Amino acid sequence: MTTAAENPAPARRRRRAGRSARGRAEVRLGWLLAGPAFLIMLSVTAYPIAQAIFDSLFSFRLTAPGDREFVGVGNYLTIFTDPVFWQSLGVTVLVTVVTVAVELVLGFGLALVMHRALKALRGMLRTAILVPYGIITVVSAFAWYYMFDINSGFINVWFDWVPGIGADLDWFAQFPTAITVIMASEIWKTTPFIALLLLAGLAQVPDELLEAARVDGATWRQQMARVTIPNMKAAIMVAVLFRALDAFRIFDNVFIMTNGSAGTEVLSMLAYKTSISRLEIGMGSAISVVLFACVLLICWIAIRFFKVDLASGTDAKPTGGKK
Amino acid sequence: MADPDSFGRAMDVSEPIRPPGRLGGRRGRCLLTTAAALIAGGLLASGCAAEAEAPVLTWYMNPDDGGQQMLAERCTQEADGRYRIEASLLPRDAPQQREQLARRLAAGDTSMDIMSIDPPFIPELAEPDFLAPVPEDVAEATTQDTLDGALAGAQWNDELVTIPFWANTQLLWYRESVVEEAGLDMSGPVTWEQVMDVAAEQDKHLGVQGIRAESMTVWVNALIASQDEQIIEDPSAPAGEISTTLDSPAGTAAAEILARIGDEGLGGPGIASMDENQSMLLFQGEQGSFMVNWPFVWAATNAAAEEGTIDAEVPEDIGWAQYPRVDEGTPSAPPLGGINLGVGADSEHPDLAYEAVECIVRPEHQAEYFVTNGNPPSSAEAFEDPRIAEDYPMADAIRESLENAAPRPQTPYYNEISTTIQEHYTPLDEIDPESTPAEADEYVIDVLRGERLL
Repeated sequence: MTTAAENPAPARRRRRAGRSARGRAEVRLGWLLAGPAFLIMLSVTAYPIAQAIFDSLFSFRLTAPGDREFVGVGNYLTIFTDPVFWQSLGVTVLVTVVTVAVELVLGFGLALVMHRALKALRGMLRTAILVPYGIITVVSAFAWYYMFDINSGFINVWFDWVPGIGADLDWFAQFPTAITVIMASEIWKTTPFIALLLLAGLAQVPDELLEAARVDGATWRQQMARVTIPNMKAAIMVAVLFRALDAFRIFDNVFIMTNGSAGTEVLSMLAYKTSISRLEIGMGSAISVVLFACVLLICWIAIRFFKVDLASGTDAKPTGGKK
Repeated sequence: MADPDSFGRAMDVSEPIRPPGRLGGRRGRCLLTTAAALIAGGLLASGCAAEAEAPVLTWYMNPDDGGQQMLAERCTQEADGRYRIEASLLPRDAPQQREQLARRLAAGDTSMDIMSIDPPFIPELAEPDFLAPVPEDVAEATTQDTLDGALAGAQWNDELVTIPFWANTQLLWYRESVVEEAGLDMSGPVTWEQVMDVAAEQDKHLGVQGIRAESMTVWVNALIASQDEQIIEDPSAPAGEISTTLDSPAGTAAAEILARIGDEGLGGPGIASMDENQSMLLFQGEQGSFMVNWPFVWAATNAAAEEGTIDAEVPEDIGWAQYPRVDEGTPSAPPLGGINLGVGADSEHPDLAYEAVECIVRPEHQAEYFVTNGNPPSSAEAFEDPRIAEDYPMADAIRESLENAAPRPQTPYYNEISTTIQEHYTPLDEIDPESTPAEADEYVIDVLRGERLL
């Protein structure tokens, strides 16, 4: 593969040096091909985002249209001084960190299994592993809810030999157990996604490198740490970024299982409650904008500090060059 | 913006499939059918011309056992071509019904001809003039014999803004065997204290709703109203000036009852997820003793006994009484529920819509709705129907309860107040009668001033 050979700098210089007629035609063709999609994306995302930012500067309740009032950054001040916001941000960060970390480990294991599986089994194995990911989140949330529900669930009966679990345990009544079930369901459902992304990364690791390592007498552990993982760093980072963004916006599981009780309210739930249940469009928009800013921040951190290159799917810098 | 994907998925569960607005109506579909027929090349008569003359009234209804749909069909027939009622189903959950109605009304949806509205949400929709004014003759014809509690719930600022359809109230249901063993006399009014004492002595559980949901506000409000007090001092005050009186002797007494049930575990281990249905299941089981619940439990318990999912003798062991008192000397004020019918201000046919409403709420229709769907009428006359006494031996108790029932706080900011109560009064075992009511009061003020999130 060409991971190590490519260097972006000369390419840029070449482009600047003067475009040939063919080059210009290619650029034009590129815009013609991507332009419509670009415009549509802009109109369906930029407009609502701009509208939300605009609305967030008002005190505006849907059922009191006459009382709409400009409050500037007042809504943001309320948000940032309110413990309810910090609490839900904390829960959201906790869910993001824990689920992504666990999913990464489990997903890597599954990817290895899929990668190593015999050709005959591979198709079936991949399908089986992907099943949870194919289930609609609301449906899986209900399934998990009824599994753990104190009135109709079977977990309390099956696992009553485990200390702490018994017929009287209401999983959704207190924070530690409630958040555990929510995170477990999230992990169960999205690990296949990470596994699939990592599998793609594993497939990109050149066999020659592994062979060479083996010839040099590297143990399995060394092959992993020195060859496989460094070569699939880009895939890992993309998987982490995608899942982190996804996990940060967690909604369905919490909505179905606790509806925010027992201190499990997450940020998107707070935005939903404010703008949809309370019909406070101004404050709700402000929370949505904050949520959006958080998502942007995660993206920025990932790209700036971990050098995730979404365009090529491979690392922009030669991996071996630093030594 | 935050997560359109999961938002969409979460809402798909309950939103009706039919799109709103003009195109959603019969005419729109006719246009589409005609267009489709043209495209197909066949110019067959589509039958639209004749039907298009009858204006279509859309009735946004809460899910039930098909009773409202049946009334819609009957009134359409009676109208003889003057209008046609088409049903559009709202979500199952009352707060979600409110969300959809409010969003559609605020957006000026012209298809909001008839709406089934839960009483506590009426002021919020009436205050910004989202509802078409009730014509005097309709008001007169439909509220002649409406039971007091139901009538109170249909008004806002002393004006009738919706038409009462069916009314709901809670009774105290009890297991005869438990009461007998405890030696409690159920022929007269009983108090919460007596009920709790019996449950504690007999080591049984109470069927109450401890889940963080609307039912919590229903309960708290009934406890305070049963002491002749109300949660809000001045319901029509603007947002910044509304305050609740949870921190009062009546509020403290209410909190003490809730806290005792929580502390002593009288509601069973699953109290935090106990809604109306779960508490009914608990009541039907071996641990059942008393339960406060809506009359649907009677039909549901009988059906379960017939199907064999519960012991066939359970229905015979069930008795009923008026909602428990807080003070021995003050009559209880049971919760009020039900559905009122409103007409959207932007409806294209408000006159026809009110004509249809008049047809829907006729006493014989209300009586039939009770018999077929288990939802009690709001009209006194409807209770006279012989079919009711046959199927619902507790019909008189329901009627009495409806006369004493107290609506939940009537204010455009009901949702904020209810949510605050739900958040502060759950879980039950964390209620501190000394501090919880005061905290909730303070929170309501801050939230309504826009100084806090909820």
